[in-house]
Amino acid sequence: MTRSLRWIAPTTVTWVLGVLFLFPVLWFLLSSFKPGGELFTWPLRLFPEDWTVSGYITAWERYDFQQYFLNTAIVAVVTTVLTVFVSACTGFALAKYRSRWVQAFFLCLLATTMLPTEVIMPSTFSVILGLGLYNSLAGIIVPSIITATGIFMFRQFFSTVPDELLEAARIDGAGEFRIFFRLMLPIARPIIAVLAIFSFQWRWNDYIWPLLVLNDPDKYTLQLALRSIVGAENIDWSVLLGASVISLIPMVLLFLVFRRQIMNSDINSGLKD
Amino acid sequence: MAVTTARKERRRRGLVAATFLLPAFVLFVLFFVAPAGLGLAYSFTDYRGYGTPEFVGVGNYTSLFADSDFYRSLWRTFLYTAVSVPFGYFLTLIISALLVSRETKGAALAQVVFFFPWLISPIVTGVVWRWMFGENFGLINYLLSSLGMGSLKWASDPNLALIVVILAGSWGGTAFSMLLFMAAMRNIPSSYLEAASLDGAGSLTRFVRIVWPLLRPTSFLVILLGTIGAMKEFAMIQSLNGGGPGTSNVLIVQYIYKTGFEQSKIGYASAASMILMVILLVIALIQTRFDRSDLS
Repeated sequence: MTRSLRWIAPTTVTWVLGVLFLFPVLWFLLSSFKPGGELFTWPLRLFPEDWTVSGYITAWERYDFQQYFLNTAIVAVVTTVLTVFVSACTGFALAKYRSRWVQAFFLCLLATTMLPTEVIMPSTFSVILGLGLYNSLAGIIVPSIITATGIFMFRQFFSTVPDELLEAARIDGAGEFRIFFRLMLPIARPIIAVLAIFSFQWRWNDYIWPLLVLNDPDKYTLQLALRSIVGAENIDWSVLLGASVISLIPMVLLFLVFRRQIMNSDINSGLKD
Repeated sequence: MAVTTARKERRRRGLVAATFLLPAFVLFVLFFVAPAGLGLAYSFTDYRGYGTPEFVGVGNYTSLFADSDFYRSLWRTFLYTAVSVPFGYFLTLIISALLVSRETKGAALAQVVFFFPWLISPIVTGVVWRWMFGENFGLINYLLSSLGMGSLKWASDPNLALIVVILAGSWGGTAFSMLLFMAAMRNIPSSYLEAASLDGAGSLTRFVRIVWPLLRPTSFLVILLGTIGAMKEFAMIQSLNGGGPGTSNVLIVQYIYKTGFEQSKIGYASAASMILMVILLVIALIQTRFDRSDLS
């Protein structure tokens, strides 16, 4: 093969795979604009014959998706703010105060990646009940604040900050908290951005915690609402397609705005120390 | 005098560190230690969610080991993990290699395409694939029958249903591993590859002989996270086929959920939880050992 034709094979394979990856979403999206009758009429067509948004309107109005949207947004935003703050505090302490106890706690946090909530659902439920968090949005927010990934990201970052910088600030008479808020948090801005994006995505798409904690349909998050539509005896596909696409919109916007941060995030350093 | 100041200072710093760690510590105790401890305690009782739990010794464990449903879901989970992890690993590895290759045209756009499923929740991923693979209405069966191959039983054949789950899982899981691989590949010094080119190595040889071995730590991480993720797969299957047909694809976490919450056998489900915990721990230990022996 001559040098100038080298691009053909890798480019072809990439784009064949790319089309295969894109197709499920494309088909889903195009189907969501078909009227209910057209969804199941063979021969199936790629593009809708009559474009309609009736599925979207029904989902938004009849199924109370406004409420679910709001609930999910509250949970995702509040949890993300708390996650970033607690992870930064913890990561800072783990990186800058070396003692046996601190390191032991670090190992415990490491173990939580091996022990996800899914594994101990029944007893987690009892804890939620005991704390009076059952059936409240706080019950989803509080338990999901700590994530090992977030803490590792900050620990890793703060370990690269030279100790001399802290010493200099101490000599200047700055207290530890002042150092943290005025010096450390501002320089950790790239990590804050990446963790905020990731945390928002985790919380927006989470299913396990809402499933355990919420009972009242008024408090449902989008994922629970979608699950209840798909779990029905006769699935209303027209509504389900529209509702699913609605639930994706914030994530797509987030991606469009923060594409650079997401794609260039060196999450490897955060996960494996 | 100087000694006491230093000691005082150290003590003060210790207090500061404790303050910084306090929120994480409290949350860790409440939502990891307490459920784990409570789960262990429940697993020795007949607790049903109300009343006083009665101690039953290892009764739950002996009945679990005799429960064919438990074995079936455990086996199904292992099968799912054993197929989906290697499949997902090689798929992601190939895609990442293509995307960082300078010979691929439009790689920046393609990267967005492969990353897109990351934005989609497990529940919606399940819905998307259910829509494509619907037995009587899905596009795949429509295409198959248009080609004269007849439709396949994607929903009523247990193994075909598992194949759809594997495809959907790999589709959804590619993006995150891809970020890990691409970051690692970009960190490989280009001098290594240039040296190999001068020796006449083609791009495939360079990848297999140089890049892939250097990616070992990332491969380890991707496989470990993939294995844990597959062992606890739950949400996506819930919306894809609910563990069906029947209960043939009920994986272990769904089994725990069903026994614990739908049948409210909390003690029994906790025993299953403890077994899953031990399995995950063993997997993590084996893989860590594997990683270490490779490095030395």
